[in-house]
Amino acid sequence: MNIPSQITTLLAGILLTLISFWYGQNHNLLPVEASKNAASVDNLFNAMLTIGTGIFLLVTGILIYSAIKFRRAPDDTSDGPPVHGNIPLEILWTAIPAIIVLGISVYSFDVYTAEGGMNPMDHSMAHGKAHHQVAAQPGSAIAATLISQAEPTQQKAESVLQDPATNAVREDIPKRKEAPTLGTVTQPQVGSSPEKAGKPPEVVINVTGMQYAWLFTYPGTEVVAGELHVPLGRDVLINISANDVLHAFWVPEFRLKQDAVPGREAELRFTPTREGQYPLICAELCGAYHGAMRTIVVVEPQEAYDTWLQSQQVASAHTLDQAIAANPATMTAEQYLAPYAHEMGLSPEILDQLRPHNGHS
Amino acid sequence: MTQAAQIQEEANQFAHGNKPGNWKEYFSFSTDHKVIGIQYLVTTFFFYLIGGVLATLVRTELATPESDFVSREVYNSLFTVHATVMIFLWIVPGATGGFGNYLIPLMIGARDMAFPRLNALAFWIIPPTGLMLMSSFLVGAPGAGWTNYPPLSLVSGKAGEMIWILSILLLGTSSILAAVNFIVTIFKMRVPGMGLNQMPLFCWSMLATSFLALIATPVLAGAMILLSFDVLIGTAFFNPTGGGDPIVYQHLFWFYSHPAVYIMILPIFGMISEIVSVHSRKPIFGYKAIAYSSIAICGLGLIVWAHHMFTSGTPPWLRMFFMITTMVISVPTGIKIFSWLATLWGGKLDMSSALLFAMGFICLFVIGGISGVMTASVPFDIHVHDTYFVVAHLHYVLFGGSVFGLYGGFYHWFPKITGRMMSEAWGKVHFWLTFIGFNLAFMPMHKLGMEGMNRRIAEYDPKFATLNLICTIGAYLLAVSTIPFIVNATWSWLRGKPAGDNPWRALTLEWMTTSPPPVENFEADPVLATGPYDYGMGNRATEVDVPFSEADDPSLSAGPSSTLRAKPDPVAAANPSDRGDESYNRE
Repeated sequence: MNIPSQITTLLAGILLTLISFWYGQNHNLLPVEASKNAASVDNLFNAMLTIGTGIFLLVTGILIYSAIKFRRAPDDTSDGPPVHGNIPLEILWTAIPAIIVLGISVYSFDVYTAEGGMNPMDHSMAHGKAHHQVAAQPGSAIAATLISQAEPTQQKAESVLQDPATNAVREDIPKRKEAPTLGTVTQPQVGSSPEKAGKPPEVVINVTGMQYAWLFTYPGTEVVAGELHVPLGRDVLINISANDVLHAFWVPEFRLKQDAVPGREAELRFTPTREGQYPLICAELCGAYHGAMRTIVVVEPQEAYDTWLQSQQVASAHTLDQAIAANPATMTAEQYLAPYAHEMGLSPEILDQLRPHNGHS
Repeated sequence: MTQAAQIQEEANQFAHGNKPGNWKEYFSFSTDHKVIGIQYLVTTFFFYLIGGVLATLVRTELATPESDFVSREVYNSLFTVHATVMIFLWIVPGATGGFGNYLIPLMIGARDMAFPRLNALAFWIIPPTGLMLMSSFLVGAPGAGWTNYPPLSLVSGKAGEMIWILSILLLGTSSILAAVNFIVTIFKMRVPGMGLNQMPLFCWSMLATSFLALIATPVLAGAMILLSFDVLIGTAFFNPTGGGDPIVYQHLFWFYSHPAVYIMILPIFGMISEIVSVHSRKPIFGYKAIAYSSIAICGLGLIVWAHHMFTSGTPPWLRMFFMITTMVISVPTGIKIFSWLATLWGGKLDMSSALLFAMGFICLFVIGGISGVMTASVPFDIHVHDTYFVVAHLHYVLFGGSVFGLYGGFYHWFPKITGRMMSEAWGKVHFWLTFIGFNLAFMPMHKLGMEGMNRRIAEYDPKFATLNLICTIGAYLLAVSTIPFIVNATWSWLRGKPAGDNPWRALTLEWMTTSPPPVENFEADPVLATGPYDYGMGNRATEVDVPFSEADDPSLSAGPSSTLRAKPDPVAAANPSDRGDESYNRE
């Protein structure tokens, strides 16, 4: 082997490394990051893409180089050199990929732990807020004594159903019991990140999937909404279940997905970090209109979130109280318009801006 | 200077079958493994075309964001039946039943498979089952995806569901019968003098495949029977409203269906090993490493299934376990890839269509492997699971991998099967159309999936319209690309240039008899005068970049004394240095 070929090899290696690193950072393949854990998932992907690009370029480079350099002359019928193998080389290309994939495993484990995958159920005692509010509901005292005797996962499911609005939208499907050994087997979730371990989530929202819609209920309120609103920068826990078939709750911008399984209470915990509207998609085939089963998640500041929740409460109170004898004449303009405004996706502030402020003039 | 191929041919003159087979019997009911192999190949290729038509319809629907081509129900049936046909009626029976049946007895010097009638039975299950699956379109085809997850599969049309379940049961049975046959044939019917470490690599990969099929398929059958009870008589094994658990179905299903991926790719790995070595005129690099890595994949392939379920119902410890096993399985696969590259390196590449497809396979399979490692990583998989990223990944593995390999196999063994050469020019047209069409159709899907396009949808966000249109154009190109192949194969079969017995000057035993081989293959037992990959064996003094011979340490030498080499039968070896005492493979 002569020196110039070594220099070419070296240069090719450097070029390959540079291209891999450049592409690993500038691939433009992922949507914006809108949750706290999204950045770490993206960094993991960038790392894997860098390594992957390097390997792809190496393999394709060798293929193309061989196709050009080692092409047989048309009249040459002799065989190539009888090289049968080389153990040090075999060890090298066994060891290097092994180290790479174990490295990726450790890195993935790290990211998974940081987004809370390894801390499931640590906050199952933390539904205090919901408990206090449902305590005002008739019959909840009996339910509370019943659930205290149930085993943890059923207890969790029961506590979710304590919320009357959630109870109303959910089908009564037998709940899976916990497997007796080996930790939590039946209740899938991405739990709290280590720094939030043991702390109750700041916002709890229940999600129910059905053919072909998502229904969101906000424990402590009577609100049943068709779109998800979450306050910016708060620690949100989503309880996910389904009424009929499998669905999957997916927000690409959050890099989070969880199947909604009838009879199981799954959960996702995340912190939205970027204001905006993002698609919320059903990712598990659920029937003919699977492709149409999508809504939006709105990440908005706490005040806007509170206003929205109140307007929804007004709307649902309105539908509850006035459903039988709806008399538009007794309503204020806001009360009357709230459900329509909601259907059109308008927030109360926009309505407020549109309204002529004659009271102040 | 005498070439290795000449040595092997001369040594096997006495075994050479002289009466060429009569082509008409290839169209009759027969227990001859070659007839059955051809029946498998032709039947499964026919189903491949049907699956391709279904895929083209799916892509036509997806050319525009709206659901405007077929109804949503029909769309769901299209992709469900497309996947079922491609997996269970094309790649699995085509690779194992077709090439396996044709080649295994020839490669090990046997007269036929161990159980010829069982073999015929395994084949004759397939055509009626395939037609039955097609007929489901008349009664409302299954539309719950090829995974057929309950509870959706329990609430869709009963007739279509039952047809699907029955098809899978029958095709699974066929696959189990074939697997038993291959294992017995490979263990018991090798020609004297051929130890396990002297088998061609295709035999190793078929052995690994058959073990996988034998262990995993019964589990799928069990799941199918339970599911049919749920559908038919209202039991609640998987139905949550009755207290059943749909996640249990997913475990049972993937316990088969992940190994099924290896059932589809391992035979192809074996075929690529043969093609690369023959067409680059070099011994396969690291014979034993490639052979044993197939066995490693077989073992590891059984403990990675739950990586399909990272977002469904798996607790953290289980996610981590399956992430690590899935990552580890890429190591034996990597060994094969690098060994093939090392085989090509420094060889004398004839750049025939077979080799082109093999090199295309390596290039595309590496992409599928890289995206496979990415999806094995739990946090990233939580984002891309059930998206077009996964669709891209699986097509890079199953089309870029398996189908490219199958095409390579067709070009390589066509002269043996028919006795005639295929047209190289049309082969190259076929390759480039397929290669370009394939990448156009599936490369953009990686981006679509990561950006937020989920799988199995008839309508999608208009922001994905451009990339989807590119995919559809690629799919049409892919559909067109089969035409040169069909024309070439038909024309060559009837009018092609006569091939002779060994047009590629290969060393494995299937080339040591007539093309096409006569009934019972050989006149007498063939011998291994050379190893299966001893190209360049007459020339033992070549200088190469790796240490060629280390007399005192054979583990470091790269040449014929390498411990990784598949050696010839010591009794019949042509080269004096390969001769030894009586081979313990001879009784």
